[in-house]
Amino acid sequence: MEFTLFTLLNGVSYGLLLFMLSSGLTLIFSMMGVLNFAHASFYMLGAYMAYTISSVLGFWPALVLAPVVVGLIGALVERYGLRPLHKYGHIPELLFTFGLSYLIVELVQLVWGRAAVAYPIPPSLDGPLFTLFSTSFPMYRGFMMLVALSMLAAIYLVLTRTRVGLVIQAALTHPDAVEALGHNVPRIFMWVFGGGCALAGLAGVIGGNAFVTEPSMAATVGSIIFVVVVVGGMGSLAGAFIASILIGVLQTFAVALDYSIMSVLNSMGANISESTFGYDLLKLTISQSAAILPFLLLVLILIFRPKGLMGTRE
Amino acid sequence: MTYSPLNLGRLLVWGGFALILLIAPLIFTKGASLSILSLIGTLMIFGLSYNMLLGQGGMLSFGHAVYSGLGAFFVVHTMNSTGIGAAIPITLMPLVGGLAGMFFGVLFGYVTTKKAGTTFAMITLGLVELVFASSLMFPGFFGGEGGVTTNRVRGDAFFGITYGPQIQVYYLIAAWLFVSTIAMFAFTQTPLGRIVNAVRDNPERVEFIGYNTQWVRYLTLILSAFFAGISGALGTINFEIVSAENVSAIRSGAVLLFVFIGGIGFFFGPLLGAVVGVFFSVMLSDHTPAWQLYLGLFFILLVRFAPAGLASLILMLVRVASFGKFGRIWKPLTGVCVAAIVGLAGFVAAVEMLYHLTLNAANGTVMSLFGQQVDTKAAMPWLMVLVVLMVSYGLYRLFKPVYYAAWSEVNAEITAKLRGSMA
Repeated sequence: MEFTLFTLLNGVSYGLLLFMLSSGLTLIFSMMGVLNFAHASFYMLGAYMAYTISSVLGFWPALVLAPVVVGLIGALVERYGLRPLHKYGHIPELLFTFGLSYLIVELVQLVWGRAAVAYPIPPSLDGPLFTLFSTSFPMYRGFMMLVALSMLAAIYLVLTRTRVGLVIQAALTHPDAVEALGHNVPRIFMWVFGGGCALAGLAGVIGGNAFVTEPSMAATVGSIIFVVVVVGGMGSLAGAFIASILIGVLQTFAVALDYSIMSVLNSMGANISESTFGYDLLKLTISQSAAILPFLLLVLILIFRPKGLMGTRE
Repeated sequence: MTYSPLNLGRLLVWGGFALILLIAPLIFTKGASLSILSLIGTLMIFGLSYNMLLGQGGMLSFGHAVYSGLGAFFVVHTMNSTGIGAAIPITLMPLVGGLAGMFFGVLFGYVTTKKAGTTFAMITLGLVELVFASSLMFPGFFGGEGGVTTNRVRGDAFFGITYGPQIQVYYLIAAWLFVSTIAMFAFTQTPLGRIVNAVRDNPERVEFIGYNTQWVRYLTLILSAFFAGISGALGTINFEIVSAENVSAIRSGAVLLFVFIGGIGFFFGPLLGAVVGVFFSVMLSDHTPAWQLYLGLFFILLVRFAPAGLASLILMLVRVASFGKFGRIWKPLTGVCVAAIVGLAGFVAAVEMLYHLTLNAANGTVMSLFGQQVDTKAAMPWLMVLVVLMVSYGLYRLFKPVYYAAWSEVNAEITAKLRGSMA
């Protein structure tokens, strides 16, 4: 009970962090059709920016300023990098962001060095939130969940209840008609791209000190968030939310479970030893296979439900 | 097309290619040049096989290393086995790798080629991560972190060939490269090679004329995986070690970068790309820690300004030259190039000093740059870099309009002439 509850909570908080990343990616994708390969790099930039800003001004200003800076960088990338490529189609755009992800890793190492930087959790959020039975739940995890959920609510309200959100939604499906009504669609694209990057930056600010702020942090989450976007259904925010939570919980549970097919079969009376056929496969524990679970899920989804959980297009 | 019993141009091109492969080790005789040439050879096969997907089929794959890497693992286990594997000579090992790659092409390709475009790209990325993560789960087959080692010298010498000396390995790679290049070029001329171009350009119409686009992509991927497996096997023979890195997303991303730099729209583009790629990743990385920055920047500049790669830049110049108009553009072209080289020198100096400041400051602030001792903390070198960059920008502003005018004029004339000859 205790184990299940806390693993579930940890899984949900990890899943919410994944959602903060994949929501920006999904927004950019559904709007511009561009798969931003450098999205995780903006997450990393957010963490490093927050590290620098928080060492001067403190954590709370960094929570606001770092995403703004990352969002502005993203807007500049769209304006001067992606927009001129738009006429060539989606593959050059994808390749551009792919090259950008290489470049950002190098620039980060150039500015902040190759080792991990010390970006600590602020003292006011350090400590247990509550203690149940004998395990305590860290306050910072709760804070992460709070930020992610309020961000989710904010995106939803902006997209459905404000004028800007309605224009964005209209530009998503009918860019020509929106342009004919006098809106500057390329500029909307620029700000959506910047906004998506800012969301990734925000995830970096709160993910950077929950985990480690290092140059390889982009590569660690990079491929997972692509899995989230495909599993959820390309371009579907609700799908991205469900898939993030699913993968977060799945991975957290898998890491904690130390059972293998062999241990189950042996407890049922079978006698499996090194000489049994397929011993290597049978002795694998669930925790050992945690790393491949998201990708296995991806392959299964693509075979059985190619448009993703909530996707509308193939 | 007319029937011609002897295509002299084609014979010249392939003969020249074979000649270059034959005499390359006689020209480049410095220390490590043989192993660099061998590396370029394997990378060329890998790049060509990748371009069957990206250039000819429009399939952007982020996981091509899966096929070469798994092929390499099968080869290394065949080489180490005492049973039937011992009977296969090293010369034919690339076939083993190719068949293994092909097998995985049949297996994985069925899932990945269900989609094209962006979705295909993401599935391949997921697949390569899946294989990479599994490779660490099964240390028995993949050798864990250390990888699997082997020895290419085994059995009796065959006409004095033991594959001990590097030169013999080079010629093995060169021979396989030559055969594979011909085979892959022949593929572009087959009905399948033609229809996959159509699938790239307009899948909807291909469906209308009665082809199954998924099946076309699937078959192409299987063949491409075969050649990738060959390159993986040659890499194994060359290095005598295979590790999980061979099936990683990093390796797959690298081949994408190199092929794109070479030019995906041309058959010979990946050959150029392999040379440039080895230049960056092997030779430049000896001299500077910033090589990945240069590679990334070079790639981005190409995507942004010459999306058809280096091959297109060369071919455009060749076209101008073949119409006898090179004399009109070479002066402004030289001017632009001088500006670019001056700018490059300034940029490289700035980047190297920055790297020294952040990563190597513990060893003092003085570094050697272009043969000079430079203090990276002093203002003087930075000022000089600034001046160099400004000079370069000034030169660029001076020559660019002249060059642009000459280039547009010449190309307009060529287009007009081509139209005239067609009418």
